[in-house]
Amino acid sequence: MRYSGFKVIKEALTGHRGWTPAWRDPAPQAEYDVIIIGGGGHGLATAYYLAKEFGGTRIAVLEKGWIGGGNVGRNTTIIRSNYLLDGNEPFYEFSLKLWEGLEQDFNYNAMVSQRGILNLIHTDAQRDAFTRRGNGMILNGADAELLSVEQIRKRYPFLNFNDARFPIKGGLAQHRGGTVRHDAVAWGYARGADQRGVDIIQNCEVTGFRIENGVCKGVETSRGFIAAKKVGCAVAGSSGRLMAKAGMRLPIESHVLQAFVSEGLKPVLPGVITFGAGHFYCSQSDKGGLVFGGDIDGYNSYAQRGNLPVVEDVAEGGMALFPGLGRVRLLRMWGGIMDMSMDGSPIIDRTHIEGLYFNGGWCYGGFKATPASGWCFAHLLATDAPHPVATAYRFDRFEKGRMIDEKGMGAQPNLH
Amino acid sequence: MIINHPLLGPRDAQEFTYLGDAALIERPDWQAEDAHRQFYEYLYLRDNPAGEHRELWFHEQGDRSWLVVTRNTLTHEITHVDLARDVARAKGRSK
Repeated sequence: MRYSGFKVIKEALTGHRGWTPAWRDPAPQAEYDVIIIGGGGHGLATAYYLAKEFGGTRIAVLEKGWIGGGNVGRNTTIIRSNYLLDGNEPFYEFSLKLWEGLEQDFNYNAMVSQRGILNLIHTDAQRDAFTRRGNGMILNGADAELLSVEQIRKRYPFLNFNDARFPIKGGLAQHRGGTVRHDAVAWGYARGADQRGVDIIQNCEVTGFRIENGVCKGVETSRGFIAAKKVGCAVAGSSGRLMAKAGMRLPIESHVLQAFVSEGLKPVLPGVITFGAGHFYCSQSDKGGLVFGGDIDGYNSYAQRGNLPVVEDVAEGGMALFPGLGRVRLLRMWGGIMDMSMDGSPIIDRTHIEGLYFNGGWCYGGFKATPASGWCFAHLLATDAPHPVATAYRFDRFEKGRMIDEKGMGAQPNLH
Repeated sequence: MIINHPLLGPRDAQEFTYLGDAALIERPDWQAEDAHRQFYEYLYLRDNPAGEHRELWFHEQGDRSWLVVTRNTLTHEITHVDLARDVARAKGRSK
């Protein structure tokens, strides 16, 4: 079924009896060409592009719970491509271009809203760094504009411009950045993949890999053994747990990141803003809630909840930038588990086990990468070669000293 | 989280900074034949378990001692705390 405005009107007039389930609920077959573990944004996008762009057939996505129940449903929905380094920026710009055409491509309303993202500047040194980053973005075909205080004041008059410690001195804007309805991304990709014959198998947990003579033959699951020529893992957050079943140790630690949403307000915040002197960022959802977040808690965790010190830290950052926030009541807060890699950048690569492929290490920036991650992982699975914009995301970059360390923090995952 | 410091008693985890897996105590021998490989694994690879995890915490806002804390990464429950000094000495790492 193709969704359209006409279809909505027709169904409205006929009692909404014509809608059908958006995807099937198939039983697992005995064998597939490609199994993708993880029914989140990245796994579903991989299956979708593998079927649509690379002619893949006999593909299954295995999900231990329900699709979209992990980090694609727990993030703060921001899309952007404001990176500096050569290994990253072409990839994230590719992703932003895919976001721009996504809804037409998979015929699903993902509410992609290019309302712009603004990184605020508080010191002269920061202006230099952001100018350099903006130039890096423009060199890679992205958009970037350095805004003056007056330009920012017009759009965001309520910010704390004259804070004694952190006055706002300007900002780096990417007008094509914005937000997306995150759950709809998972659903849109799932529906698109299902329409192209992909089996999406929920409540099917992978309990082990069948590896013979260094070749992956398939996966053991809670619903029995399933054979596959190729197995791709896209379970960021739980990568350590899953890959341990294949005997692998990863350059990754799992950490908890908290996010928050306020009660619904009338429109106050037109775009996405980030504080440059602390870790705080905020946008307003289409329902009216202010969606905001900050730093990870900083210790290894697989619990999808954090602790109060970080809540306080985020609230302080928010109050320093946006004092009106103090009058707003918090509605919900939650935690998600991040694959924090050793240089803050992801991995899309083959493993040393033939037929076993890995996608993970997204730190707390995986949502914006969803389309490009899926496309590049599908490219790798289909051709055994990395996509041109993802060639740097290799496992061996740590051993060879080719880290992609945007923040220059070194091998300390909780600082990225 | 409250960390039960062996010398100072219960302290708020906020007083500490976190380093990571306690295996970082066991620095490889730089003169070993495969030192390159060992240091790569030491520096970059982690077990990253879901469950009990032994990890290094530094009491930065306190007595500046390093602790080995045994904590469950699924529940955040802390079950055991040692001075890292004692752990290292038990392994013959220093005098």
